Amino acid sequence: MLRYVLTRTASLVASLVVASLVIFLVLEVVPGDPASFMLGMNAQPETVAALRSELGLDAGALQRYATWVGGVLSGDFGTSYAYRTPVSGMILDRVQVSLPLALLSLALSTAIAFPIGLWAAARRGTPTDTGIMAATQVGVALPNFWFAMLLVLLFAVRLRWLPAGGFPGWADPVAAVKALLLPALALALPQAAILSRVMRSALVDTMSEDFIRTARAKGLTRWQVLTRHALRNALIPVLTIIGLQFSFLLAGAIIIENVFFLPGLGRLVFQAISQRDLIVVKSVVLLLVVAVVLVNYVVDLAYLAVDPRLRRP
Amino acid sequence: MGRASAIVGVVLVTLVAAAALLSFVWTPYDVSALDIAAKLQPPSAGHWLGTDHFGRDVFSMLLVGARVSIAVALVAVGIGMGLGIPLGLAAAARPGTLLDETIMRGNDLVFAFPSLLIAIMITAILGPSALNAILAIGIFNIPVFARVTRGAALALWRRDFILSARLAGKGKARISVEHILPNLANLLVVQATIQFSLGILAEAGLSYVGLGAQPPTPSWGRMLAESQTMIAFAPWLALFPGLAIVLTVLGLNLLGDGLRDMLDPRLRRRVRT
Repeated sequence: MLRYVLTRTASLVASLVVASLVIFLVLEVVPGDPASFMLGMNAQPETVAALRSELGLDAGALQRYATWVGGVLSGDFGTSYAYRTPVSGMILDRVQVSLPLALLSLALSTAIAFPIGLWAAARRGTPTDTGIMAATQVGVALPNFWFAMLLVLLFAVRLRWLPAGGFPGWADPVAAVKALLLPALALALPQAAILSRVMRSALVDTMSEDFIRTARAKGLTRWQVLTRHALRNALIPVLTIIGLQFSFLLAGAIIIENVFFLPGLGRLVFQAISQRDLIVVKSVVLLLVVAVVLVNYVVDLAYLAVDPRLRRP
Repeated sequence: MGRASAIVGVVLVTLVAAAALLSFVWTPYDVSALDIAAKLQPPSAGHWLGTDHFGRDVFSMLLVGARVSIAVALVAVGIGMGLGIPLGLAAAARPGTLLDETIMRGNDLVFAFPSLLIAIMITAILGPSALNAILAIGIFNIPVFARVTRGAALALWRRDFILSARLAGKGKARISVEHILPNLANLLVVQATIQFSLGILAEAGLSYVGLGAQPPTPSWGRMLAESQTMIAFAPWLALFPGLAIVLTVLGLNLLGDGLRDMLDPRLRRRVRT
């Protein structure tokens, strides 16, 4: 088990190093001179030279990469060129919107998918199962940002139950959660459709195993077998999908933020693109990639908790 | 149930493909013609799906938009297959070697970058365009195909008929192309259908946030973005492009499921029990 954890940790570190190298190469080396790229065609040579020295571009690429990573590790992401403020502060502000949004939708999607998947598996082959599967098939095809617009139309424009957009900040937690509810639901539902399908098929696969027949033979009801024996064994594929979904939720959150005018990382990165603020783009992309890689690492370790067979030395 | 949904899938996909082809020769109205006098009309006999804030016919824009969606998703699948399949075949032919390891670790790396992030990076340095959307989705497709190909090819390499081919003196590359690849065709067609539908969704998302096809080319995602501020008084503008996306993706998913059931006899047996 220790060996598994160590190998997985080593590969985590390697992934992070290579991913950061790729981001650095694409955003700092490919554009040629980032300073003149950020300032545009009509910049004065003196301005370009000033920005060059401010960004430390006179050093070699390898040294710049080392400086960047060293800074990031100590919480210094550099200074935004467009806003003249430290990027770390901007990111910290925005993460307070994007991270709760992604977590809330992950929780919602799991909370919706588990009972539905269990229910469909328990009623396998019946019209209930067919109906649920048809509904999830439509759910999988829903673009989350369009679903978000429909939710706005119903709950904000027509019923006026929830705000159509904007974020009041965490000073008023109730208002903050209310502002995140519709975006989180929009993100969660298509993911829940995928997850409940995976859940159902994993359960159906497990239910054909010998140990399930034994459990039935010793007198457990179908439902008891499903929840006590099958669920735990079906958890590995479900966990894998939850891990994969987190990266889709993060990416989805970036898009959904635009529907609800939420001041999250998504709005930040799109503004940065239009302002050619590569420092901000680089930092946000790095942060998101690190999040994806870390979540997959945690999922791999979670297998150990779920499946005792993996814990053998 | 399986067969019926596969037929629905075929019908939907055919309709969307036909709409895209039709738009090359005929649309009810010219999508680049502005008619401000006829702006924001609800659906009527003259404009089946209404008009937008510039008086453009929504139905005509949807037809042309189908073209963009399909083109982007199709080329992205082509990139994924064109690079992913050879990589997967090469890795499977020499499992455990440095080549295999490099390819698989490279795959892991790309998986850490969702296509939206690839699109953000490309757009940050090159500016937004439909080509960037194709590249971003295509790059994300490469490891998908590489992984599927490698996994299935590894199992085939242990089979007797491959051994006979080796005894006949054929090289690994030749065996990969002549014997392994044809046996993977079914699997790859199913995967291509899935990636195609994911590509349609991804393209819609990218053009919605402005990272895809640029004006004046109509695209479903951007039609939705433009409709957003008018949703309270012109809901049809938000409704129809979204429905077009859902029906296309649904059609492709049903088709993919149907193909998988049809092409994989092992699954067919399981469905019956």
